[in-house]
Amino acid sequence: MRTFLLLLACLVFAIVSVTGFRGTMTTRNPIEIFPDMVRQAKVKEQASSFFFPDQRASRYPVSGTVSRGDAVDDPYRNTGMIGDHWGEGIPIALTAETLRSGKERFGIFCTACHGATGSGNGIATQYGLVGVPNYHAEHARQMPDGQIFYVITHGQGLMLGYGANLSVEERWAIVAYIRALQLSQSATLADVPIAERQQLEGK
Amino acid sequence: MANLFGKAANELPPKIVVGILIIGVLTVAGIAYYFTPKYTRVGYMPKQPIPFDHSLHVTGLGLDCRFCHSFVEKSGFSNIPTTQTCMACHRMVKADSPKLAELRESWESGEPVRWARIYQLPDYVYFDHSAHVNRSVSCFSCHGEVNLMRTVYHKTPLSMSWCLDCHRNPEYFLRPEDKVFDLAWTPPTGQQQIEMGIHLVEQEKIKPSENCSACHR
Repeated sequence: MRTFLLLLACLVFAIVSVTGFRGTMTTRNPIEIFPDMVRQAKVKEQASSFFFPDQRASRYPVSGTVSRGDAVDDPYRNTGMIGDHWGEGIPIALTAETLRSGKERFGIFCTACHGATGSGNGIATQYGLVGVPNYHAEHARQMPDGQIFYVITHGQGLMLGYGANLSVEERWAIVAYIRALQLSQSATLADVPIAERQQLEGK
Repeated sequence: MANLFGKAANELPPKIVVGILIIGVLTVAGIAYYFTPKYTRVGYMPKQPIPFDHSLHVTGLGLDCRFCHSFVEKSGFSNIPTTQTCMACHRMVKADSPKLAELRESWESGEPVRWARIYQLPDYVYFDHSAHVNRSVSCFSCHGEVNLMRTVYHKTPLSMSWCLDCHRNPEYFLRPEDKVFDLAWTPPTGQQQIEMGIHLVEQEKIKPSENCSACHR
């Protein structure tokens, strides 16, 4: 009995020393104990696939593809241009909800470089990012809405485009929010509704 | 007739029974401890082609999760960022860093960076990110404190019983809509969390399914 228990203890010790404990950091691949249908031969997002010659499961859209929900026959809404000129005006419904969404998207995608108020002092500028414009400079104020939309979509100068990351609607919402930011930096008391003016008194 | 068995043989049957019991208990304990994702998956920390530091980008720079994982609110799949997303800054910031060699190579060749995937459900489970983050389930609930991780590792087991823990009692885990992507936010503790959770469940009409076909279709 004693020998048996000793052998058993050795065995347990050996197993534990080889397998280790739960939650230990490791670079070995996760073990799939019953691999039955765990990994199936199907196309998966952003994975590799031997079905296609370039081995990418995620495909580029056929050129000319329009996202579901986007307007097909509204070139200004999709490009920011009317003919060969920049258009003026925001072609989506302007509501408090639009501005809220614009503020949220601006916070996610723009503040890192442009700063929370659009003054061009985002945190990336402390790490060597250069050439970020100030939205409150005269030329930025004069920039047509359509051009701002185009810059968000395709980038300009050192900025790369965010058209792939933001829907058309979200880009226009950001344009609206940028306009609100510009207004906020040059507003006078006369721009504030009379009912809310007293909140600002003494500030 | 001579004794076929010595006197010691009298103790043999109980010893055998006890021995088998001990082996049985150890086997069950071993399987319960090791044959679960808590052992097989948790702690997986693969070496990535680029040593991307989430703590630096999220806590240090204040980037939102969605800056890189842009479609998590709209798509079932939470995307890995494109090389362009990285290059938006890294053409200028740390442009010559040897750690980013793979990134520059990808930018020039157009071949994607081959990141090692950490979280991967079995192919017969259909998980939808957008359905969760739009219903007050934070990234934190499954991925842990990514905002503090220098190298990302597999935090939670993603086992079926673990999914059901939340599907059956979401009030323990839900958080306000605007804190879903705020990983540094500390949820209230104990009864307060449950009260807030019950309120969120009612307010946003959250009805997590326990039907098999919700995930296995």
